[in-house]
Amino acid sequence: MLRLPLIRAAGLSGCRLGATGLHTTASKLQAPPEQIEVFIDDIPVLVDPGTTVLQAAAKIGVEIPRFCYHERLAVAGNCRMCLVEIEKQIKPVAACAMPVMKGWRVKTNSDLTRKAREGVMEFLLVNHPLDCPICDQGGECDLQDQSMAFGNDRSRFVDINFSGKRAVEDKDVGPLIKTVMTRCIHCTRCIRFASEVAGVDDLGTTGRGSDMQVGTYVEKMFLSELSGNVIDLCPVGALTSKPYAFVARPWETRRTDSIDVLDAVGSNIVVSTRSGEVLRVLPRLNEEINEEWLSDKSRFACDGLKRQRLLTPMMKVDSKLQPVEWEDALVAASRALQQAPATKIAAVTGKLADAEALISLKDLFNKLGSETLATEQPFPKDGAGIDLRSSYIMNNKIAGIEEADVVVLIGTNPRFEAPLVNTRLRKSYLHREQTIALIGPEVDLTYEYEHLGDSAEVISQLKNGTHPFCATLKNAKAPLIILGAEQLGRSDGSKILAETQALAASLGKTVQAPENWKVLNVLHSNASQVAALDLGYGSSLAEIKAQNPQVLFLLGADDADIKREDFPNTFIIYLGSHGDQGACIADVVLPGAAYTEKNASYVNTEGRAQQTGTAVNPPGMARPDWKIIRALSEFIGVRLPYDTIHDVRGRLEQVAPHLVRYGDIEPANYFAQALELAKKTGSFASDPLELKQKTLDEFFMTDVVSRASPTMAKCVQAVIKQRQAQL
Amino acid sequence: MNLTSNRVIRVLLLKNCSLSKALKNVRGVQSSAGRLSDHLFVHRDSEENNPNTPFEFNEANKKRVEAILAIYPEGHKRGAMMPLLDLAQRQLGWLPISAMHKVAEILKLPNMRVYEVATFYTMFNRQPVGKYHVQVCTCTPCWLRGSDEILQAVTKAANCAVGHTSADKLFTVIEVECLGACANAPMLQVNDDYYEDLTAETTEKIINALKNGQDKPPPGPQVSSRFAAEPAGQLTTLTSPPPGPGFKIRSDL
Repeated sequence: MLRLPLIRAAGLSGCRLGATGLHTTASKLQAPPEQIEVFIDDIPVLVDPGTTVLQAAAKIGVEIPRFCYHERLAVAGNCRMCLVEIEKQIKPVAACAMPVMKGWRVKTNSDLTRKAREGVMEFLLVNHPLDCPICDQGGECDLQDQSMAFGNDRSRFVDINFSGKRAVEDKDVGPLIKTVMTRCIHCTRCIRFASEVAGVDDLGTTGRGSDMQVGTYVEKMFLSELSGNVIDLCPVGALTSKPYAFVARPWETRRTDSIDVLDAVGSNIVVSTRSGEVLRVLPRLNEEINEEWLSDKSRFACDGLKRQRLLTPMMKVDSKLQPVEWEDALVAASRALQQAPATKIAAVTGKLADAEALISLKDLFNKLGSETLATEQPFPKDGAGIDLRSSYIMNNKIAGIEEADVVVLIGTNPRFEAPLVNTRLRKSYLHREQTIALIGPEVDLTYEYEHLGDSAEVISQLKNGTHPFCATLKNAKAPLIILGAEQLGRSDGSKILAETQALAASLGKTVQAPENWKVLNVLHSNASQVAALDLGYGSSLAEIKAQNPQVLFLLGADDADIKREDFPNTFIIYLGSHGDQGACIADVVLPGAAYTEKNASYVNTEGRAQQTGTAVNPPGMARPDWKIIRALSEFIGVRLPYDTIHDVRGRLEQVAPHLVRYGDIEPANYFAQALELAKKTGSFASDPLELKQKTLDEFFMTDVVSRASPTMAKCVQAVIKQRQAQL
Repeated sequence: MNLTSNRVIRVLLLKNCSLSKALKNVRGVQSSAGRLSDHLFVHRDSEENNPNTPFEFNEANKKRVEAILAIYPEGHKRGAMMPLLDLAQRQLGWLPISAMHKVAEILKLPNMRVYEVATFYTMFNRQPVGKYHVQVCTCTPCWLRGSDEILQAVTKAANCAVGHTSADKLFTVIEVECLGACANAPMLQVNDDYYEDLTAETTEKIINALKNGQDKPPPGPQVSSRFAAEPAGQLTTLTSPPPGPGFKIRSDL
């Protein structure tokens, strides 16, 4: 989708359609427009001018059937299902596209309305196959539901032997989406999603009339980090999930509300399970975080939960990992920890560790007299380090991104590190004239941005006002800086953080945004990172390497560059869910639970604590991580004082109370103090800022779950294949 | 929808017309294969039509592109899509996918947005056509006036089946719905020109003239006595001078 012309920003065009839901900081300051009264089924309702009939009806809980209309997409008005009668108007009108006028009396259940709906439904069904029994959408199909509710009980379509029903060839749009285009009713939701939200203009309609079809025209796959959302959007079974094809019916599955942990956004999800197996993951509405979208990795990597799993404890016997009983493994691990001096034990925590496990491990190590606990992704220790929360969370919140007018991205690729943060940026870019600039390697962010260079020096130039972009920044009313956490692991990480803090502070002086506007934001890519930093995991991998520990405890640490060669004489204990890098080099493997198998707390990049739900039981002998650590503590002889999850959370509350205030964000503060403490000296490293995820194929496999997922492997292959085909 | 309704009308007309006339024009109710469209609305790479088919606007057309773009204000340049596609088609005779890509590049649009437009309009030829694109109207008025014979004459003279291109790449013959010249039925269109009031003989003459590379036959009605769409034969209305004031006004007023 093209960015709307500047006329809109100047306020010359009215907000006839779509714009009603978008309130900007500027419009907040204006006096609210006078509300108008309309009557929906004789019930008076006061709405803002520009509200559509459908929105006005929704306000009093009258639902008008629709196929093409979607709250988060532009209005298309092409399905005609939302036709309603308006008194004194000769024809029924499309409620989704018609702004209300004063005094209108809308009849959503009159004879005319019902007849119109029946007619539309009949036309839709003329060209829709009657294959509900073999359709994956069955049971959650809008067309099915609405034909039951609003359709006729018989059809006048008798042409089956003459010209037959319309048939459209299926498209190959990649390994995630299965298409049965004959079922398509041309609502164009997928097209609008691709163009507006995903920013990949590959879908469209070709042909006209009854020949019209939705597709890509050329043979091309629809590859985007958000492509799976079109499955949810599709009101019929034209686009369904390929990995989930013919797996289950919605009424057979059990749904568990949970949190996604494959990135640091903390998207709200629903885990569908049947008989102890995770079948699929769907997004759950949360306006503050993921709206109603979900990234493809979070949605489709769930088949990785069934593969490469650690099912039993293991121990190295004759230099080979052998399955053993829990007791043997715990005895071996505890003996190693008992024998090592306190200065010679260390722990590294991985991406997927939950707060309960983190606090248990930290308590255990503290009891043993060690404080060498590191996160996989290093955080600079200089200056305020991890003491002040404001230096490591996304202070302005994810939803707050929409309010910004200038955004500077430093060393991050939000499109792949946090796809649902990127949708916010794209949304504001399209609808609010947001200016976005990037320091770091040039990547495709799905919107235009100003590339300021890939050297860290640019941050200083921006701060000093010597960079040409400073002119834009100076006039910014609500500037925002998003710093990629990946850059903090560089050798000059502390300098980057300090300079960014200084830049944010200098920008903060000119901010005219609402109160509590925070310029400095750190975007993490690891779900466990914020909780770990909150709990005081302050060490770094480099320190641990230098310490040459006798025992190294890996809490699901698979992605850090930990090699056996670096720790030749170290006893490595691995606690995690998947057999990956970490388990390979371990002497003792303790099988933990994955995020769908435990009730655990995670803190997202905003600092928002949320909890996952237990959708299934951990496989085999695997157990929730904190319980294993608790058991281990008993073997060592330093029993941790908690026996239930509530006790652990009680302990969490003692250390960091916000970690158990689920759903809430504890705002961070002390920006000035953090800046004061920040390291002023030092210089930037000469090498340019680098990113781990620059292209789509690098997005799909970033953690143990997605690396174990065959679907994600297929996605990577598909991206590479498509790229080669285009060369 | 249109095809079906035509069929129905034809059947009704067959019943009502005099038998001889009807027999003359008899043809199967289902004249062609039960296809829904003449065109495929997806792209398949072929030898002559693939993304690597070279396409570039020539110098003269580049100037025209500039001129066309200048009409549209900044931010609304995509309005130039159809003129540009038309220009590309006029340059090449048809519209290869590479030309669509070129237009998308000029307008800074995603390719898909151009595909949508190019597939929507039937006058964009997404497959190669012959030098002369012959569109024979077979809609009801033309059909009643004998378009079947015209079509037959065209296919015979051009040596080309309906929906195909002749071997010498001179002619592509297609059947089309109403071209809006019903007063001069039957008619056909060759590239941009309408040839009207046809008979099998005049049709043959036109096609042969094109085939032999002679001068383009003058378009318009092929009946010498008729100008444009004026009444065939003689004027049937408005033959007397216009009545003056007071015409048909009550005498008591």
